[in-house]
Amino acid sequence: MTDKSLDDRALHFSGVASRLRRLDASILLWLALIAVLAFLVLNPVLRLVISSLQETDTGNFTFANYRVAYGNVRHLQALVNSLELGIGVALLATLFAVPIAWAISRTDMPGKAFVRLMVFAAFVTPPYLGAIGWILLAGPNSGWLNKVWMALTGAGHGIFNIYSMTGLILVVAVTSFPYTFVFTSSALDLVSSEMEDAANILGARTLRTTLRITLPLVTPAIIGGIIISFLEAIALFGAPALIALPARFNVVSTQLWQFFEYPVRVEEAAAYAMPLLAITVLMFWLQRSLLGRKGYTSVTGKGGERRMIALGPWRWVMLGYALFVCALSVFLPMLVLLQAAFAKAWGRGFSIDNLTFHNFYYLLVEQTQAKQAILNTFVYSAVTAFAAISLSLAIAYVVSRKLVPWSNVLAFLCVAPFVVPGIVLAIGFYAAYAPPPLALYGTATILILGFTTRFLPIAYTSSAAGLRSINPEMEEAVRILGGGRLLAIRKVLIPLLKKSLAGAWILVFIPATRELSSAIFLVGPNTRVISVMLFDLSEEGNFEVLSALGVILLIATVAIAGIGSKVIGRDFMLRRDS
Amino acid sequence: MSRLKLSGVSKRYGDFFAVDSINLELQSGEFVSLLGPSGCGKTTTLRIIAGFVDPTAGIIEMDGQVLSSPAGSVPPDRRQMSMIFQSYAIWPNMTVQQNVAFGLELRRMPNAEVKRRVGEMLEVVHMNHLADRYPAELSGGQQQRVALARAIVIRPSVLLLDEPLSNLDATLREEMRFEIRRLHDEFRVTTVYVTHDQAEAMVTSDRIAVMNHGRIEQVDHPRALYNKPKTRFVAGFIGRTNFIEGTSDGHQISFDGFALPRSAFGRDVPSQGKAVFSVRPHSMRLSDVPPTTRDGCTSVGVIVLERAFLGEHWDYVVKPRKGALTLKVTTSPLDDFPIGAAAWLEFEPRQMASIALSSAT
Repeated sequence: MTDKSLDDRALHFSGVASRLRRLDASILLWLALIAVLAFLVLNPVLRLVISSLQETDTGNFTFANYRVAYGNVRHLQALVNSLELGIGVALLATLFAVPIAWAISRTDMPGKAFVRLMVFAAFVTPPYLGAIGWILLAGPNSGWLNKVWMALTGAGHGIFNIYSMTGLILVVAVTSFPYTFVFTSSALDLVSSEMEDAANILGARTLRTTLRITLPLVTPAIIGGIIISFLEAIALFGAPALIALPARFNVVSTQLWQFFEYPVRVEEAAAYAMPLLAITVLMFWLQRSLLGRKGYTSVTGKGGERRMIALGPWRWVMLGYALFVCALSVFLPMLVLLQAAFAKAWGRGFSIDNLTFHNFYYLLVEQTQAKQAILNTFVYSAVTAFAAISLSLAIAYVVSRKLVPWSNVLAFLCVAPFVVPGIVLAIGFYAAYAPPPLALYGTATILILGFTTRFLPIAYTSSAAGLRSINPEMEEAVRILGGGRLLAIRKVLIPLLKKSLAGAWILVFIPATRELSSAIFLVGPNTRVISVMLFDLSEEGNFEVLSALGVILLIATVAIAGIGSKVIGRDFMLRRDS
Repeated sequence: MSRLKLSGVSKRYGDFFAVDSINLELQSGEFVSLLGPSGCGKTTTLRIIAGFVDPTAGIIEMDGQVLSSPAGSVPPDRRQMSMIFQSYAIWPNMTVQQNVAFGLELRRMPNAEVKRRVGEMLEVVHMNHLADRYPAELSGGQQQRVALARAIVIRPSVLLLDEPLSNLDATLREEMRFEIRRLHDEFRVTTVYVTHDQAEAMVTSDRIAVMNHGRIEQVDHPRALYNKPKTRFVAGFIGRTNFIEGTSDGHQISFDGFALPRSAFGRDVPSQGKAVFSVRPHSMRLSDVPPTTRDGCTSVGVIVLERAFLGEHWDYVVKPRKGALTLKVTTSPLDDFPIGAAAWLEFEPRQMASIALSSAT
């Protein structure tokens, strides 16, 4: 009796002891990971909030920054302009994206593969390149479309003016409609065609079925797309800077940029960035709660044989519309961009004597800055992709295998930067790490850290998705045969994950190469990247060299995306992860 | 005149016949099942009837009017039919009430009338207390009832059901079989029901069409189908059976190890040459003493080879003392024969179904 209770107590005690030992190791791991995330994610955002409440020189608590930031009609007008831009873009992008997504997913429209490819092309085109293309197309009087108009009608001046709010909305919408497209078409692909069959057999024709059944079923996805394109539009810096500034109006992002002109007023910028942050967080929360009661996503059905709706002659109308949108977003801007890149003077048009390779020669040989910027871009992006994926893979592993307590905090911090607009994040990084003690301003480090944080959510969602596809029993089989956890990771997990990690790497690398809105606040004289250089060139108005640099960036992007689709499967970038 | 008539309906994909010249007639108010293994063409047949798929040959008529033909078809939305899908296809963006009302609204019925009929229909399927719920808030069985209500409320000319119970668990499936039959008895809608589950077909149907490789093997009442299967496939697909092959010389039919008098069989058995029979395991009786000869029955001495006790019955494998033929026999749980024991097996020719030779190979 006594012996037994003693044994029991010993057993109990040793259980506690071993659990304590395990807890120790895992707490250290947790602390290490949380420290990295605090440095990358928490601290910049906190510093942004704090510095918005600090006096510039003394660091004392004050509301003065908010008074300066909002006590000015022009600043308030910029807020209103941003809202107008966001709403306009969201609606126009929906108008572009939803019919095309429906036609591709549900009907017998011809040329689907080609249209899909063009949407993909629009997706990888940086918005500021689209903007430059559209400046060449619809610049007042000199733009191609205006010249064509004047030639056709004999009018004395053109009718298009890209330097306007309408122009800006158009430019941003044609580059951001792929978001709505991806959301809508992946939702449409999930809806069982039996849902439509059920309406047909009860007597509903194509139009009524589409309006009453199909589109309502994907409404949450469409709203998701609307929200994303709204947020993209208000956070964008490049296209507004190229179009709104010459048009003499400001949006929030360009106004923020002006706070950074000498003398730099970080504290006021931080205060002014708050609504952008608040709206973004609010919109994402709204999107989450919209899925609410009806549980759209849970009911999908097995689908079975998918029946494509026969549109008859209307399928050519749909194709025409799709090609029209592709023309606005890809054909026309790319055509004029290529023309300018190979032209002595773009306004002289398409002719042999206007053809030259000098713009490329100038960039790649004569000038040193461009070479440096190109090198910087690819080195920083590659390092960023490696850093973001290593970190997120480690965290995703720890989270999915529940190796540490409170692992959800880690996961949350990894995806949190998603709701922070790039421009706001950059100001946070500037506030946190530009001044001493770290004094990282103008270094490659601050750019890479900023990029890593910015693209951490992409890296995390892809690594977590990859991990989820691997049954833990694969590792358990290694361990029961006597292999340790590290061996299991090295010999089984990493080889199995190779493909999805390569995909994640490209998903981070490509947006990193074209990132402008956070880079513009963090670059120094020696760390300029292509996107920033493009922006600087546009201020000089040298569109030929500018286009050539844009073409170089595009060729690199397309090549890498091409390798990606070869390795990982077609249109991997258009898939939705979450 | 029959309500629905399929004449020589075929659907070809390249060289593959998904449906191969099917002929089938349904009387008004009749409940017919298409029963067969997966890939036998039953769902394709149903979708041709619905108008989602056009036949490559043959025609479908309803009340004498052509609905489908290779030349052209009436689209599904103008056939006045309704259908229940494997996934139920309940629209998740509409409440139960809105789902059921959809078909009536399309028929431009006044609102009050729609409301009344939907209410009545929901009462019939015991769903009126859940009228304002969304489908995601319902169980599988409840979604099934909504699907039934939505399909029946419009009083369709033909009701089509595509494996409607395959997503339910076993108990619920059994309950819903009777529910479907009850609704049919109440509304008498002409019904085509697709299933691979013979019990489902047996419970619900007036007649069953057994399909295999795109063809209809046999159309009959459930009992006739079981007792008098005409082809080897039908005999094997519905219930367990033994196939035994014999040769008739006009007086008796000789099997491997025993013989039965020719006179005991009906006219469908050839008087000369080969004949194949399907004998159900429980249509034979096993006993330890030679049974007194009953009218038309014959006993054969057998040896027990294998046995298994299944609680509700015994399964035996026996073979006649002479010959190599083995037979599965099912007996009551009280009939206990050890392995190797000698016993008597009694055949009743009335319960032996002659199988068409062409399909027996």
